[in-house]
Amino acid sequence: MPARKTQTAILPLPPDELRELYRKMLTIRIFEETVFDVYRKGLMPGLAHLSDGQEATPVGVCAALRLDDTITSTHRGHGHIIAKGGQVEPMMAEVMGKVTGYCRGKGGEMHIADVSLGILGANGIVGGGIGIAAGSAFTAKREGKGRVSVAFFGDGAINQGILYETANIAVLWKLPLIYVCENNQYTEFTNYHKLTSGEGLVARAKAMGMNALEVDGNDVLAVYQAAHEMVEAARKGKGPATLVCQTFRYGGHHVGEPGTAYRSKEEITEWKARDPIPAFEKILLNHKVIAPSDIETMHDQIHTQLQEAVATAQEAPFPEVKEVGEHVYA
Amino acid sequence: MSMRELTFAQAIREALDEELARDERIFVLGEDVGAWGGVFRCTEGLFQKYGAERIIDTPLSEEGYIGLAVGAAMTGMHPVPELMFGDFITLAMDQIVNQAAKMRYMTGGQVQVPITIRVTMGGGRSSGGQHSQSWHAWMAHVPGLKVVVPSTPYDAKGLLKTALREPNPVVFFEDKVMYSKIKGPVPEEEYTIPFGKADVKREGKDVSLIAISRMVHPTLAAAEKLAAEGISAEVIDPRTLTPLDEETLIKSVAKTGGAVIIDEGYNHFGTTAELAATIAYGAFDFLDAPIERLGAMDVPIPFSPQLEFATIPDEAAIILAVHRILDGRRR
Repeated sequence: MPARKTQTAILPLPPDELRELYRKMLTIRIFEETVFDVYRKGLMPGLAHLSDGQEATPVGVCAALRLDDTITSTHRGHGHIIAKGGQVEPMMAEVMGKVTGYCRGKGGEMHIADVSLGILGANGIVGGGIGIAAGSAFTAKREGKGRVSVAFFGDGAINQGILYETANIAVLWKLPLIYVCENNQYTEFTNYHKLTSGEGLVARAKAMGMNALEVDGNDVLAVYQAAHEMVEAARKGKGPATLVCQTFRYGGHHVGEPGTAYRSKEEITEWKARDPIPAFEKILLNHKVIAPSDIETMHDQIHTQLQEAVATAQEAPFPEVKEVGEHVYA
Repeated sequence: MSMRELTFAQAIREALDEELARDERIFVLGEDVGAWGGVFRCTEGLFQKYGAERIIDTPLSEEGYIGLAVGAAMTGMHPVPELMFGDFITLAMDQIVNQAAKMRYMTGGQVQVPITIRVTMGGGRSSGGQHSQSWHAWMAHVPGLKVVVPSTPYDAKGLLKTALREPNPVVFFEDKVMYSKIKGPVPEEEYTIPFGKADVKREGKDVSLIAISRMVHPTLAAAEKLAAEGISAEVIDPRTLTPLDEETLIKSVAKTGGAVIIDEGYNHFGTTAELAATIAYGAFDFLDAPIERLGAMDVPIPFSPQLEFATIPDEAAIILAVHRILDGRRR
């Protein structure tokens, strides 16, 4: 079981920031539900990799970040992008392959980036963004402005070589790099326990001389607090850290399969009982940070925003074929 | 211009030195490139001059440090990772092919990836099958990369300086046999050489010899011997594969009517095939004989010199190929 839970007696952030965390979690949830709908209606090409159920991890981590901090993301990246400040309109347009998308329709749902927000791109190669995150940390250290870099990755990347190659370098060179493993329990269609030896990533990171901690990845405040400590230490030059967040994806590996053939009903039900959004709602209501009517209003606003994002993207043009040769070289 | 003779390695080192002094975003990283000065001495003295922050020894983690270099490039630095042996490029393939080459495109032009990967090539040193290969054709197969294959100290310095001012990923191939064995004039004054401009190393009118990297040298020697037979061979060095100066190749073959392409990479789906196709398309009406392709023999590079030298094109093979073309023309 996760090692650390939130102490909810005193909340770690001011009320407006807590409401913002809640809004972002809800935005991710509704964004993913909307993408699924867009897929079912045949409004997008290809497949999508959704992260509903995992909202607390990206939102908790990004709450500890500044605008100039950078993240790299994964094939299941919509949540990270929204959490770091990505706008749902160009995201939805990118998902739908439109020229108004973040990447002018050249990246697709697996490769959304907004460099102006420090989002150095989602990545279709498992572990592929980790090197880029290490490089951003290198630049950050060189700049000396206290900027940090976060590498988001899933349990699949736990067994990729680049994780350990860069971790070794990051410890040696004291890079301001936070490795955030979002363990949703399944590497595609296989439980990660079947694929991972030893005691897991925390033990492996510690063996390399790195601070490492496991938290309940569905507890946004626990994620935030752990990330905050690691990020602030990295800003002060204390080097990298690893944060393992235990969570669960509600859907399948991608929208084309429901995720039920390799996961039991009991397991899914058990995780859904620990849904990060109602859990956070409860804390906010108890502390009167938010009123039930606020929740309803926020829900309606985000829902409307997403419906408008889809409608706008539907009307937007596809990229012109003449653009196909652009952006290969600078 | 005042000239002095430099070895290929000295020319590389001088380009790095000048560009490190010019642009503080540039840093060098790789295995034993620091205090040791690089296994081929290309970074000798740079650690002492620029310090451990800019001339950085890495662990033996090619994927890791090239991945790091890609991220550093995306965030404003200009890293110059060195891959000691070109064979090790396989270890960093994902970072080069899936990350560096595509980041600009996949983000719709949001980023630049100014990374210059220096990598060796070439056999002939009895280094065996994993320390002798020439993988420039692999790199030239990937959209988004620029590929440089210099043959002289002059070209190496001028092209490397251009690479270090490029906003794009460059894979810069250095034939390790040339490092100490090839010397040539290099101006004292500042100069750069643009990418995509082939160099006519020797003018001629009977046949075009297009040679890549170190193969330029046996090709020039062959041209000299052919001249004694009364055959005037033109020797062209493309210098960069991406971008490729198609015009110079096609014009030369349109003039001579015959082409031999000489490369140390494999023939099969290799540089010789691509250049032959370019020439066949562009100079079809002018060809008097089939294009001759002299690449490395399609076998793993063997250890024993007797075997190894049988796999690499040499002067004698080039002369024979020219005779085949000229005999064909007479038929």
